[in-house]
Amino acid sequence: MSALLEIAGLSSAYGQSRVLWDVDLTLARGQVMALIGRNGVGKTTLLHTIMGTRPVTGGTLHFDGRDMTAMPAHGRARAGIGFVPQGRHVFPQLTVMENLETGLSALAGRGKRSAKVPQHIFDLFPKLWDIRGRAAGFLSGGEQQQLAIGRALAGEPSLLLLDEPTEGIQPNVVQQIEAALVHVRDELGMTVLVVEQYLDFVWRFADRYCAMQNGRIIRQGAIADETAKDVAHLVQI
Amino acid sequence: MDALFLNQLFNGASLASLYLLAALGLALSFGLMRVINMAHGEMLMLGGYLAWMTLLVVPGAMGIILAIPVAFIGAAAMGGLILSTLIRRLSARPLDTLLATWGVSLILQQGARDLFGAVGVEVRAPEWLTGSFVAFGVTLPSARLFIIAIAALVLGALALVLLKTRIGLLVRAVNQDRMMASATGIDVQRVDLTVFCLGSGVAGLAGVMLALLGPVTPNVGQSYIIPAFLVVVMGGLGSIVGTTASAIILGLFAALAQIFVDVSVAQMLLLVFVILFIQVRPQGVVAVKTRQLDA
Repeated sequence: MSALLEIAGLSSAYGQSRVLWDVDLTLARGQVMALIGRNGVGKTTLLHTIMGTRPVTGGTLHFDGRDMTAMPAHGRARAGIGFVPQGRHVFPQLTVMENLETGLSALAGRGKRSAKVPQHIFDLFPKLWDIRGRAAGFLSGGEQQQLAIGRALAGEPSLLLLDEPTEGIQPNVVQQIEAALVHVRDELGMTVLVVEQYLDFVWRFADRYCAMQNGRIIRQGAIADETAKDVAHLVQI
Repeated sequence: MDALFLNQLFNGASLASLYLLAALGLALSFGLMRVINMAHGEMLMLGGYLAWMTLLVVPGAMGIILAIPVAFIGAAAMGGLILSTLIRRLSARPLDTLLATWGVSLILQQGARDLFGAVGVEVRAPEWLTGSFVAFGVTLPSARLFIIAIAALVLGALALVLLKTRIGLLVRAVNQDRMMASATGIDVQRVDLTVFCLGSGVAGLAGVMLALLGPVTPNVGQSYIIPAFLVVVMGGLGSIVGTTASAIILGLFAALAQIFVDVSVAQMLLLVFVILFIQVRPQGVVAVKTRQLDA
């Protein structure tokens, strides 16, 4: 397996205060990596720095064999990084269909520019088809989460960044989202980097985990080698 | 109703059209980038001079039709130049763009004074625009009718582009969530440039309309840019519907106030009206809710 994402000595800062310190992380193609840790340790910042929506202040980032350290976010999206951020960030005044259509922008420059949202997204989230004409800002949290995942998938990414996909969503919808993510992993063979505090979900879904503390990665391992209990102290306060 | 009132109502409608054309670009680019181009008024001036030059080359009826795309393209190019050479370089310090673009405004005014003289140039409107219609006992000058029609066409075309085209979708997405737009693969800087050029072009087009009403002078833009700012502020920053509504309100207000007081007092009343309006409704005619504004 060749590496899809290679991060070396990555750092990022908000003004004078550094929030990421020399992060090294490698994701193999098809791997599902969970990023765990307490609130405020830099997990979300790391995802944003990979996406390019936060500046890299040190280190390097290679994606698909290309140096992307200085590339702006839209270039990384077009190269194949899809992002489902915390808080979902659907475009509130656009309809569900229009939100999905914005996701097609990531296809630019890949020789398959499409104006139509592929059917498989509605197969994955049938609810989105039913509410396609509604403004996204009025949807429930679970619907917005499905929309945000669908929008990322419309760009046919090879790496999917997910920031707390189960946060603040009612349990029966969590199951649906989990089933959809399993489909993305198994049927689409996508590489996934997921930030998640809900360890039971991580242990069902991921191959590997890495734990962060104070802006550094302090521990990495294979899910199969450990139990959720072994790492619970890294997440709990 | 007496003729004076109807006459001013009509003048108000054409004034509102000019305010709208001048304000649309400001509203669009503020909505998208949160920057204000103080040289926006000079896009009107540029459009006026371009119309004058076009009519020197192609006199007559065809000239004024040709002047519209010439002024649009010329002002759009100037806007693109200002954005890419100046505003973009100051993106980390948005307040500085006010000062820097004000400097551009002064340079452009002085440039026009050196090139074309301080007195101003007269655009000779074609015959079909110098006449007038009489309706309800009121004389309606054709030039003003033409201005209202053009403003309605521009507004319709803009709404169509924003709501029905791919680029319009991208503009709305960037407007609502800039970070997320770039993460979905939208080249936000290109969207900025497109919108800025479009807004400057519309202002250039407004300059052609101004040239039909009076002489084009180096500081012709200044007398329209202040009302245009008022329109944008009252409209609810960055909203097209709000900008349109407030352009109509302010255009009619200014014209109708002139029934009772002279022009300069009417300008003052306009300012007082906007201040009072903002006190009562700080979010403007139409409130745009975006995440960036909340943050």
